[in-house]
Amino acid sequence: MATDRIEREIFIKASPDRVWAALTEPGHIARWFGDSAEVDLQPGGKMVFGWTEYGNHHAVVERVEPPGFFSYRWGHGAEVVPAAGNSTLVEFTLTSAGSGTVLRVVETGFASLDGTDEERATAVRENTEGWANELGELQQYAEGPPA
Amino acid sequence: MTHEPAVDEVLAAMADPTRRGLLEDLAARGEATATALAVGLPITRQAVVKHLAVLDRAGLVAARRRGREVRYVARPEGVAATARWLAGLAADWDRRLSEIKRIAESLPGPTDPGPGPAAGPGGPALP
Repeated sequence: MATDRIEREIFIKASPDRVWAALTEPGHIARWFGDSAEVDLQPGGKMVFGWTEYGNHHAVVERVEPPGFFSYRWGHGAEVVPAAGNSTLVEFTLTSAGSGTVLRVVETGFASLDGTDEERATAVRENTEGWANELGELQQYAEGPPA
Repeated sequence: MTHEPAVDEVLAAMADPTRRGLLEDLAARGEATATALAVGLPITRQAVVKHLAVLDRAGLVAARRRGREVRYVARPEGVAATARWLAGLAADWDRRLSEIKRIAESLPGPTDPGPGPAAGPGGPALP
């Protein structure tokens, strides 16, 4: 049954502190999300994810509790200032587990995007295309050059 | 990945807990009238009819007239496109998490805390 929620997790063989760094430091974020990143790491702080082709996407930090919890709300569409009705909430939870860390992400709020049906469809379509393109690059990056 | 506009209507329809409950109830019953669905709920039959109309527009239920009464059935196929779309977004997060894992595991850092034969911070190259 489809719901208004995405939840995924992964086990990482590194301490929560190191996962926290990969998750929140701009230099690292730009390797897994967009082409560049600016981060004001405090509640209410602004984040900018830059895509060379798609422009800047803006987010607002909600909670910062190193090294266990980090959340932000990001706007759907280039140059959209995130607010209720045009954004989704992304929450990361880091849990120490054995010799590593379980990193969990929950994204919610897809159903609360407002606007006319047509605007909403366009926003979702653009967002989906952006993600699809980006994940191709991510995959290339993750897989590295051919051996 | 193409996105079907129906996804938005489905998400909006499913965002309401009462409608999700109605849909689950209907799926369990096979088919039912609005009157039967309203039994045991803290809302009126008219409110149930309105919720069913939203679900109908999103393609999640179908209404069938049987003589003087209207019976509703769930249309599980109505959620398929939305389920695929959400699965795509979930796959995006899988890839991002894999990348975060790769970065975190390759970060130079203080020696790993904790006992046991943990691998060095550099990965398999270190004994």
